[in-house]
Amino acid sequence: MLSAPDISSAGAQRYAGRWARAVASGVFVPMSSDEVERLLLAQTMALAEAVVAEPFSPDAALEVGRAMIAANLTEPDVLDYSIGALGGDFLAEVLPGLAVSSEAVERVARLQGALSAGFAGALRDRTFAQQERISRSAWTARNDVEQALRDSEARFRAVFSSAATGIGIAETDGQILDVNRAFADLLGYSVEEMRAMNVAQLFYADDAAGMWALYTELLSGMRESVRLEKRYYRKDGTPVWVDLSVSLVRHDDGSPRFTVAMVQDITEQSELKERLRFQALHDPLTGLPNRTLFFERLAAVLADAGPDQRVGVCFLDLDGFKAINDTLGHDVGDRLLVVVARRLGEAAGHLVARMGGDEFVILVEDCAGTEHAVAVAENALTAVSEPVSLGAHQLALSACVGVVERPVEGATATDLMKAADATLYWAKAEGGHGRWALHDPARAERDLANSALAAALPGALARGEFTVDYQPIVSLGDGVVRAVEALVRWRHPTLGLLPPDRFIPLAEETGLIVPLGRWVLETACADASRWLAEFPRARLIVSVNLAARQVASPEIVDVVAEVLAHTGLPPDLLALELTESAVFATIGEPLRSLRRLAATGVRLAIDDFGTGYSNLAYLRQLPIQALKLAGPFVTDIRDDDPAGVVAERVVDALVRLTHALGLSVTAESVETAHQAERLRVLGCDAAQGRHFGCPVEASAITVRLREAAEVPIG
Amino acid sequence: MEKPRALPTEIDLSRPSAARVYDYFLGGAHNFEIDRQLAEQIAAMTPNLADTMRAGRAFLRRAVAELARGGIDQFLDIGSGIPTVGNVHEVAQGINPQARIVYVDVDPVAVAHSRSILDGNEGTAVVQADLRDPAYVLSEARDAGLLDFSRPIAVLLAGVVHFVPDDDRPDEILKTLRDAVAPGSYLVISHSTYEDQPREMLEAQKLSAKTATEITLRSRAQIADYFGDWELLEPGIVHMPLWRPESPDDVDAQPERFGAYGAVGRKPVTTG
Repeated sequence: MLSAPDISSAGAQRYAGRWARAVASGVFVPMSSDEVERLLLAQTMALAEAVVAEPFSPDAALEVGRAMIAANLTEPDVLDYSIGALGGDFLAEVLPGLAVSSEAVERVARLQGALSAGFAGALRDRTFAQQERISRSAWTARNDVEQALRDSEARFRAVFSSAATGIGIAETDGQILDVNRAFADLLGYSVEEMRAMNVAQLFYADDAAGMWALYTELLSGMRESVRLEKRYYRKDGTPVWVDLSVSLVRHDDGSPRFTVAMVQDITEQSELKERLRFQALHDPLTGLPNRTLFFERLAAVLADAGPDQRVGVCFLDLDGFKAINDTLGHDVGDRLLVVVARRLGEAAGHLVARMGGDEFVILVEDCAGTEHAVAVAENALTAVSEPVSLGAHQLALSACVGVVERPVEGATATDLMKAADATLYWAKAEGGHGRWALHDPARAERDLANSALAAALPGALARGEFTVDYQPIVSLGDGVVRAVEALVRWRHPTLGLLPPDRFIPLAEETGLIVPLGRWVLETACADASRWLAEFPRARLIVSVNLAARQVASPEIVDVVAEVLAHTGLPPDLLALELTESAVFATIGEPLRSLRRLAATGVRLAIDDFGTGYSNLAYLRQLPIQALKLAGPFVTDIRDDDPAGVVAERVVDALVRLTHALGLSVTAESVETAHQAERLRVLGCDAAQGRHFGCPVEASAITVRLREAAEVPIG
Repeated sequence: MEKPRALPTEIDLSRPSAARVYDYFLGGAHNFEIDRQLAEQIAAMTPNLADTMRAGRAFLRRAVAELARGGIDQFLDIGSGIPTVGNVHEVAQGINPQARIVYVDVDPVAVAHSRSILDGNEGTAVVQADLRDPAYVLSEARDAGLLDFSRPIAVLLAGVVHFVPDDDRPDEILKTLRDAVAPGSYLVISHSTYEDQPREMLEAQKLSAKTATEITLRSRAQIADYFGDWELLEPGIVHMPLWRPESPDDVDAQPERFGAYGAVGRKPVTTG
């Protein structure tokens, strides 16, 4: 039995402070040091009370051990210190009165044991609890993951089986492990059938080149994925186009494990794409390649050709197709085009394209030369010329072809087509009807120059670049100048003096001949009127050329009358020269104009007689006074050439004919005294040419008239 | 729609876990043989490490208590590990029973454990996310439904940022987190450093880097950058025991020996 309790609170405070500092340094305590000290002070007091309690029980120390564990004072060092201190200075500090009590020492020893037991028991329980909890947590986490994997698997399964895209998985040896319904349906097999197949069975001899190589590269791990368009054959043999993408799934160590294929049926898209491309590049009516495809092909030929290669282009246009359309209707016209297109396609053996309307073009790749291209053109013309039966209509067709053939080097598609188009125009201009024309660069250059001249004509007239020269026409009987022929010249600012044959045809084509002709007529009549005033006795006639177009113009009679009135020239001093073609080509208005012109008293002559087409019977009815023999008849009269005799006979016949018709004859292009003499002998009335004087300015004619006037007549 | 990122592919208990190793260092038994082996290996090379972890835990406790007493009632503890003892919710809810805490950890076992511990505590939630994907951390934290991001939140990054290597752009991660919270929010960071460390310790640190999760030691200036333009609470960035010790006795004779800085910053209210 111990004496009354005598606990030193100051000692307990010191003891707890040392205890707290000792344990806090070695373990984590989720408390502040004050809190730790308070906790341990409470334990110190509990232990002190246990020492002095009657009856003695060590159980309080069990609780102290447990409290230390609860406060996370779990380290072995903590227990070591705590037991040591309890057996050490505990009694001396906290219960100084009992420091030497053997019973107290005995009780402390019991408490040491109980504290250890409480500490160990609580630590064991805590460890079990924490181990249990962490293991349970690990299993929970594992279950969560597995559940998530199962969910994910289920979701994948749902996606896999219900996907509209075909999905298939195969081993690296090609054995198909699984396919979904969409894949099986696409190829017309059941899922089970496909699971028994090998990927190799889905490759075919007609696969695009390199496809199998791509697959083996994938299998060997060289690629991660491959995407391409591939044609499969369904179980029933029908083809199906798919957008195929195959990916490699690897093992953790990177080695190939599976291939996963996704397929999408693109049969319709690819057919549509093909159809759209065909439509974009072909003519809907005839099915022939269109202009776009032709130019694509031509550009490719020009780009890919070797240095010595040649190329030919035949540009074909049907003759009179517009008339067929207009008279028989567009339906017949269209059917005709279809027939022509088919024939050209069959005959050509080359790319035939429809450029539009009734124009077709044939591309002669690897052309062997001009003859080759021309042969292609002739074949095409022959093919077109076969009569065509369309229902009730039996149609005979013809066409013209412009052929361009040249080395590929330096050629451009645009220039080739421009040249072919221009050449086609030549063929047409030469009369059409089954003609072909071969491109001639020199001619093309002339055409180009001519069109430049034609374009400059109106401006030239406005700027007064034209002048009129006069060539004397002499009476062969007395050598007197009876008339002058007015000849228009163009003083071109850069090309110099241009003769009429350089620009009159252009003026006729463009229609400028009408104002130009009127200007020439006015100038000539004005000059003639002055000559009449100065040399009234000469009664010099001025002869002016009228182009066919002028003759055809309904105003010509009024124009001539106006000019005569305006210049005061008597009608009988004006002669109008017309070409045979202008007079004979047409009837009707021109003939009426001629009669009215003749009625005014103006003289009319046929120019260049004998070079064109003359209706001799008709000639008799014309109101003309004279014929001008064309130059070649005269040129052939030569004293150094036996053929000259024949020429003289011809001229003789012509003169007789003319005189028989009551007309006078003027010879042109007289260059020698011999010719002049022979013509006089043959009875020709008048003549002009270098022998009698070149065309000169009006002032030179005035001088000549003046000289003649000084010689008295008779 | 479930977020595929939340789905770990497997739980491998044959590999140690940083959270369980940490628990072991704190005297817990929430660990397995493999974790204890690693912990002993680390302890052999860096004898101070256990002390450092305890000091870090103490720093966190002081900081949370300080903020809770200052009126903060929302905590986002990223890298919470296995809450053995002295957890944030215990400290915070001990001061304010209404405090709400969202724990975030990347380790699925730690997350499951936390859930079992916190089962029934309405003021807490646990989410699994990786700090390296802060946008996901934030969206998961929001989805937990406990935190009001329009009011100040204390974001706790205790001993976790040094697990993020420079290649993962920790500065951008921190900016994302700072930008996500309201003015008046706090950021608590403890982070290992090489500054003021004896050379042997750094050598040992290099060795430890080879064994377990790699730790990137950073300077005070680098850690200061993680606070952006936030105001640092006194005493600024200091060795952990020096941050507002509760009694002079708490301060070790060599506070730098723990090898880690601690600091708390506050998001300015005026500049936003």
